[in-house]
Amino acid sequence: MAEEMRLMKGNEAIAEAAIRAGCTAYFGYPITPQNELTAYMAKHMLDHQRTFIQAESEVSAINMVYGAAAAGARTMTSSSSPGVSLKQEGISYCCGADLPCVIVNVARSGPGLGGISPGQADYFQSTRGGGHGDYFHLVLAPKSVQEAADLTHEAFDLADQWRMPVMILADGLIGQMMEGVVLPENRELSSLPKKAWAAGGQADTHRPINHVSSINLVPAELEASVIERFKRYDRIKAQEVRYEEVNVDKAELILVGYGTSARVSLGALEMAKKLGIEVGLFRPISLWPFPEKRVAELAAMGKKFLAVEMSMGQMVEDVKLAANGKADVHFYGRCGGMIPTEEEVLAEIRRLLKK
Amino acid sequence: MELLYGHPKSLKPIQTKYCPGCGHGVIHRLIAEVIDELGVQERSIITNPVGCSIWADLYFDFDSVQPAHGRTPAAATGIKRVKPDHLVICYQGDGDLAAIGTAEIIHAANRGEKFTTIFVNNAIYGMTGGQMAPTTLIGQKATTAPYGRDALEAGMGYPIQVCELLATLGGTKYLARGSVNNAANVRKTKQYIKKAFEAQLRGEGFTMVEILSPCPTNWGMQPCEGQEWLEANMIPFYKLGEVKNTLAAGAGAEGGSK
Repeated sequence: MAEEMRLMKGNEAIAEAAIRAGCTAYFGYPITPQNELTAYMAKHMLDHQRTFIQAESEVSAINMVYGAAAAGARTMTSSSSPGVSLKQEGISYCCGADLPCVIVNVARSGPGLGGISPGQADYFQSTRGGGHGDYFHLVLAPKSVQEAADLTHEAFDLADQWRMPVMILADGLIGQMMEGVVLPENRELSSLPKKAWAAGGQADTHRPINHVSSINLVPAELEASVIERFKRYDRIKAQEVRYEEVNVDKAELILVGYGTSARVSLGALEMAKKLGIEVGLFRPISLWPFPEKRVAELAAMGKKFLAVEMSMGQMVEDVKLAANGKADVHFYGRCGGMIPTEEEVLAEIRRLLKK
Repeated sequence: MELLYGHPKSLKPIQTKYCPGCGHGVIHRLIAEVIDELGVQERSIITNPVGCSIWADLYFDFDSVQPAHGRTPAAATGIKRVKPDHLVICYQGDGDLAAIGTAEIIHAANRGEKFTTIFVNNAIYGMTGGQMAPTTLIGQKATTAPYGRDALEAGMGYPIQVCELLATLGGTKYLARGSVNNAANVRKTKQYIKKAFEAQLRGEGFTMVEILSPCPTNWGMQPCEGQEWLEANMIPFYKLGEVKNTLAAGAGAEGGSK
């Protein structure tokens, strides 16, 4: 029987979805605007006899995740922008050791300590491998409390399937606002995938010993392992691209935005429609892999793009790369915790289309 | 015929990369002997740190996890929490534990994490080539302290006595300091390791054995001189023995709290 809809904060819905996905070990450090997530985990992980630790730092939290993931657990940490910067070393190690885990960034505005209001200026850090070395990991961007819960739940499966960290890149607005949500199914821990590569449990099968490590001092061997990982990235690019489209067929101009910016853009699209102006919306859900093929197709159809972001322009670079000079790509953004209004985006649409 | 002495099962029968006179090989062997005696080879996990002993996973014949420099106690925390019935060994050098990873060791110890830290103190950075460690003695020379460690004038600070530092924390149940400079100390160190592992398997709390270990290569000495230097210089400052023992009474502890 389907569950009934509940009214929940995004941060709490993410936490509950993680528990339902079979997360047995959560490690976090307090930071605004994601504190409800850690507090929810503090109560409910213990109620479920699972592991919760308020770590001494974000650095420690991600390395606890590293250990728990290496020992085969479904594990998660959450933070907000400055804290996620601190986690980057650990994320690089997780990628280098092919460890599945879920990292939630309820992003705020930067740089530095910045502010605690919502931001989208962590796009580069999230999608380019924010730590050292050649690597990528999945990045999923929810637009609503419902989607935050659904993507978090699925992130654990994707992490196990592809043996890599999966990042949920929400922003402070998605984390803080309350909406109706139907929570995803509760996964039996016994039904979760077995991890033959993990440390521990050797006595059960008497298998050869396992080493979880990212080190290899032989250049030719390290190169081969990185190339092998990039082949996996190619398969992910073929299979895991996600996006949503609204009215792109009729539109001359397509708004491109993710998360909160996509919701604002949708409002502007509807306002434009009332004025008889047809615009579309293209919403990347997977930020890595970015839906570059579909953007290229739309560019080839002669569409113009307007990227709308809560940053000085980061995702717009992926739109430009995908359009590859075949379409005009424009940008409108606010930063510092300011959120673009539907009116501002509509004004930009009208200016570009001279309507 | 009864076998009185042999190569431990938990240690692979291969030559190590460690330098002549280095203590890591002896320490590895002690760990492996105790694991064999406790019969837990197939439920042991070691976290091997950044430093010379990053090679530990080549030598130990049981599972290993290799974390980032200094983050070893955090990773060991994650492992032990999800595998509480395993023997988790957090192997750390002095740079890993007492410099870059001070936050991690203090908080893991304070939470009473139920793994055992083997802290190898050789008063120098080994793998990177003889830089000053947090445990480098006053006056001891290092590539980054070419005139010797000078606490005040050059602002290099003082060598850190880690057992004593951690002893104030409620989560620590057993803190002992051994040495591998001679046979008697090797035997005593093995007893400390066994006591710590047994306490871990009983789930008592944080346990650590600090082991003074020679690094003749980076001390600029012959192996035999290294043993002598350790005895004459390190042991007077880093006193050997059980620094803290609050293990459950009657649980095999030889001495009480000191």
